[in-house]
Amino acid sequence: MIRTPAKTNLPVMLPYDPTGRVAADPIMFSRWLASMPIWVLPMMAACLVLWPAIAHAASNYSYGQATSALFKWMPFIVLDGFLLNVVISLFTMIFGTFFGVLLGLGQISPAGWIRIPAKIFTQVFRNSPWLVLLFVVLLALPFEITIGGVIISIPDWTKAVFGLSLPVMANISEVVRGAINSVPSGQWEAAESLAYSRRQTLWLIILPQCFKRMIPPWMNWYAILTMATPLCSLLGVEEIITLSRQAIEAEDNHPELLVPFFGFALLIFFAYCYPIARWTVRLERRFQVKL
Amino acid sequence: MPNDNWTPDQPLVSIKDVRKSFGSLEVLKGVSLDVMKGEVICIIGPSGSGKSTLIRCINALNDIQAGSITVEGQEVHTEKLDKLELRKKVGMVFQQYNLFPHKTALENVMMAPIKVLRKSKAEAEQTARALIKKVRLDGKEGAYPGELSGGQQQRVAIARSLAMNPDVMLFDEVTAALDPETVKEVLVTIKDLAQEGMTCILVTHEMGFAREIADHIYFTDRGVIVEHGPPATFFDNAQDPRTKEFLSQIL
Ligand SMILES: Nc1ncnc2c1ncn2[C@@H]1O[C@H](COP(=O)(O)OP(=O)(O)OP(=O)(O)O)[C@@H](O)[C@H]1O
Ligand SMILES: [Mg+2]
Repeated sequence: MIRTPAKTNLPVMLPYDPTGRVAADPIMFSRWLASMPIWVLPMMAACLVLWPAIAHAASNYSYGQATSALFKWMPFIVLDGFLLNVVISLFTMIFGTFFGVLLGLGQISPAGWIRIPAKIFTQVFRNSPWLVLLFVVLLALPFEITIGGVIISIPDWTKAVFGLSLPVMANISEVVRGAINSVPSGQWEAAESLAYSRRQTLWLIILPQCFKRMIPPWMNWYAILTMATPLCSLLGVEEIITLSRQAIEAEDNHPELLVPFFGFALLIFFAYCYPIARWTVRLERRFQVKL
Repeated sequence: MPNDNWTPDQPLVSIKDVRKSFGSLEVLKGVSLDVMKGEVICIIGPSGSGKSTLIRCINALNDIQAGSITVEGQEVHTEKLDKLELRKKVGMVFQQYNLFPHKTALENVMMAPIKVLRKSKAEAEQTARALIKKVRLDGKEGAYPGELSGGQQQRVAIARSLAMNPDVMLFDEVTAALDPETVKEVLVTIKDLAQEGMTCILVTHEMGFAREIADHIYFTDRGVIVEHGPPATFFDNAQDPRTKEFLSQIL
């Protein structure tokens, strides 16, 4: 684990959580990912190349064949497959952030009829298995809609975006709520006593202070989300895993192909998310110092 | 809603039999006091006696369970209260300064007049610069709170409050978080204000200061006002044993 370097040797007091637990690390995933040394990437690539050589040296389907099959399919897997994962993750993040911010602001509303539903929504979608949400959305949404006689078919990947947006939204909602609550109550009181309205206090005083604090956990959720996009293959979305499977099938389903192909998918995800995680941890450290 | 019946010869702030509980803990058990326009009063008393709670009731940061508080004749604790109108009249300075850390000293001071009082930027800035000068911080307009010392931050907080042109100022132990050397600069600022005729309600542990500037001292203990009087009488001729004990400990 990379930890924020202590500026002194003195014991550090962890953030206080009234429930008695040690406050959860909001960017735990990124911290874990970023803690890997940079040589993990070439090492993974090396494993991928060497694996068939070791495991299947004796088999009739040679190492060379497996590798050349992978190379042959690589542009297809990356440009058709992984690119769709990226597109899904970006759209999901846009929707998830938009609705997550609304929900998060709802969670701190003084009006119970906004706050309570917002809290329930957040908790339900935050704690449901992502795959279940994906399936519910897939089955609940029609595969085409008719507007004024024109039939518009809804591609599966947009449904996947919708399904993944729900848990992302709920988690962003918590990020927003947590950041707002981390601003000392004295800021609210000072603003109140200067006759700022509640809305002005929130938008002029509170949110500008916690905006920076929301960025690292927000990026953390982006990395987690990206890693979760292969779930869409279960809905038949033609993303990296689906296409890898198709490629293996086209190569006559040799079991020797499984490790190179899926290993390659793993490598790509790692290569994409690792820099994001490093950046997240760096930003978190920088924003922590300056308040 | 300004109360048209109020005239300056009536108390500017009038507190009558105020009771306040946090859950089952009764913190104020029937407190009454009046403050006339231009008067400076100091509230002293042991920790936990309800001093902060009392002055936070005056600008409706706390609600009360019984009794009444009026500011310029306007009842504070009613459903009909326009909190924003009340808070334009009542300025407050906190122990922890509570400056907005993402704004410069100047912005801290001029923001509320622009956003709340809808003044023009030019007018607000002119007033803000004058106030910063008044609290003897000219040259620090562009500094962020994190770049200022505690005493400087507290003086910006006072200027910020004054920028709203309040009729009464509340000070809650505003020097309690400061280094002994910087306490004085803040006290001088408050003294200037008091001498200009600003109505001030101060909670303080600085007895020498209280004696010097207050028109009237109130001593609270366990949610009641035990004794009050002009400083000379209060400090030299305290009657209640609790007051005597407190004074003997603190003086
Ligand atoms: N928001 C709150 N919720 C519950 N109890 C509170 C709250 N605010 C204050 N109290 C309690 O009310 C009592 C009076 O508090 P208050 O802050 O008014 O005391 P004080 O006289 O200002 O003390 P000090 O000199 O330490 O500032 C204390 O026992 C305190 O624990
Ligand atoms: Mg207090």
